[in-house]
Amino acid sequence: MSIAQSTQEDRGGPAQPLLIVQDLKKHFPIKGGMFGATVATVRAVDGVSFAVRKGETLGIVGESGCGKSTTARLLMRLMDPDAGSLVFDGEGVGQSTQTGGLALKEYRRQVQMVFQDSYASLNPRLPIEDSIAFAPKVHGVPDAEARSRARDLLAAVGLAPATFARRYPHELSGGQRQRVNIARALALQPRLVLLDEPVSALDKSVEAQVLNLLVDLKEKFGLTYVFISHDLNVVQYISDRVLVMYLGEVAEMGPVDAIYDRPAHPYTQALLASRPSMDPGKRRMEPPLTGDPPNPINPPSGCRFRTRCPFAEAVCADRKPVAADLGGGHLAACHMAAPGSGHSRAGRLAA
Amino acid sequence: MSEVLERPAVSETPVTPLVKMRDVGVTFVTRDRTVHAVNGVDIDLAAGEVLCILGESGSGKSVTMRALMRLLPKFARVSGSIEVAGRDVMAMDEGKLQDFRGGDVAMIFQEPMTALDPVFTIGRQIAETVQRHEGVSRAAADARALELLELVQIPSAKRRLAAYPHELSGGLRQRAMIAVALACRPKLLLADEPTTALDATVQIQVLLLLRRLQEQLGMGVIFVTHDLGVAGEIADRVAVMYAGKVVEGGPVGALMQGPLHPYPRGLLGATVHPGMRGKRLTTIPGAPPSLETAPTTCPFAPRCPEAEPACLEEQGPAPRRPVPGRMARCVRVPAAG
Repeated sequence: MSIAQSTQEDRGGPAQPLLIVQDLKKHFPIKGGMFGATVATVRAVDGVSFAVRKGETLGIVGESGCGKSTTARLLMRLMDPDAGSLVFDGEGVGQSTQTGGLALKEYRRQVQMVFQDSYASLNPRLPIEDSIAFAPKVHGVPDAEARSRARDLLAAVGLAPATFARRYPHELSGGQRQRVNIARALALQPRLVLLDEPVSALDKSVEAQVLNLLVDLKEKFGLTYVFISHDLNVVQYISDRVLVMYLGEVAEMGPVDAIYDRPAHPYTQALLASRPSMDPGKRRMEPPLTGDPPNPINPPSGCRFRTRCPFAEAVCADRKPVAADLGGGHLAACHMAAPGSGHSRAGRLAA
Repeated sequence: MSEVLERPAVSETPVTPLVKMRDVGVTFVTRDRTVHAVNGVDIDLAAGEVLCILGESGSGKSVTMRALMRLLPKFARVSGSIEVAGRDVMAMDEGKLQDFRGGDVAMIFQEPMTALDPVFTIGRQIAETVQRHEGVSRAAADARALELLELVQIPSAKRRLAAYPHELSGGLRQRAMIAVALACRPKLLLADEPTTALDATVQIQVLLLLRRLQEQLGMGVIFVTHDLGVAGEIADRVAVMYAGKVVEGGPVGALMQGPLHPYPRGLLGATVHPGMRGKRLTTIPGAPPSLETAPTTCPFAPRCPEAEPACLEEQGPAPRRPVPGRMARCVRVPAAG
């Protein structure tokens, strides 16, 4: 297929992660008072580091307010981070090309995003074919070629171009619109696609169609995904590795089987236990957690989960846990997982 | 716990069911088009029973609930008969309806921020309902409001009485709305996707709370959801709706293990659950019908993998009851066991 041929060359080699995120921070000031002084700060993303490997799907889960969507917007550079750096295939994003950096425009061509609200992310005044062809034209692709590429992509996402190409967004169903958004994201032949709750607004039967489509497209175009969702079952289905966020920080990260079979962080454990069971014979009697996630304006000291954690001790308030390595790339930011941390449930340091 | 709210020990088994809907249809008629949203729904609910209406968007599940409470706009044409606790809801005038809503039947919604009044405190909104329906003094109503907040497990309830809706978190707001709904000890609680907008760890808390309150107060509950998992947590019986019809109904366990109708079967296959990694999801091809014309034969036939010529012949299709307590509207299901 013509679209697949001209994908970007792999510069850093297979071992180089496609995207390295280092200590990313984004704080939103809340203005108030007579002179509009900053009265508080929302620590939406507070020191997040991870890597996305080539060809994998990294799932990001967490509850509302945990910073997962802000992270996605920072990765896309739709907003500038307060601190932290992005390295895309070995090149610093937004740094001078003279010193081995990658210009933002070039970065955005290789990284594309699909949003939750399929209607708000399409121009209501453009036929979908024109919406898909828009970005390639901006990047200098001739009109006729951009248009034929748009039609190929519509076919690739399962919408017959002859029937759909000239339709407007309001003439499509939610599932069809989300297919158009996926086609639009693929129009620039990106290497990394950020999917921010792409199936959350869809009905179950349509959700399954779109998930199957995402799996197919990944294989066909050799894509790498960052898949953000609050739905633990969907993340388990689609991801190779999973990152669990809580109040702007990474609570736990690791291969999907390690996270789902052997969750080490009490928050991950509670999140997994909160899933409705589908089996009326196995109904839960007590909720795994009480209360709502706290406000990210004034997060608790030390470990941010300690206010809801059934195992919290003094050490959790005093010190922020560092990510303990549990082997095989499984990291958990919990004192109980770190031997010698001082928590009564932590293992002893090996002599 | 609060004795004011305990029901008097379960009274003699009522002869009439709590809810009896027969052949209910709802048509929205506007200048531009007509939509047949609900097409002949029969629903029975016994006192103290939890029924989940399960369906995707546009299946008519929320419209059915609003019809039951006569909350639909003027241009909606409602047909059929609706009885709640032996009273004919369709025959009620505006005054009777106002006593009926909030008194016998209460409803909770998906979005508490739009269901609660932003300019009154939580305490006032609960007390107002109690005063309106029971004619008690303001002090007595305020006392009841506090008790209700404790009943729905809102921490530091006394302080929260004076809180405005925007000062509460999503989970607490949803609990406050439940407190308003329970203010007059309704016999029937209608819940329209009350946990859909909540986070996973909060959703399970609210589901468990609703289940506990339902058992404690002996209410009948009709719970509308699109989430099979939620139905599995809370329902006694499930009614699956498609294109404005109940296509299958039965006890939750049996339905989850082996649906009779191809639509719930497809829905179960399409729902992602643990252990499906690496496998291809089964999907239901196509999309639901537009409902601009009322379906006469099986509305699912165009998307059904098992469709046969007979599907386009039988009107309805008529409900089949192969096992007592279970019903499916599918020509392939044997009529009786």
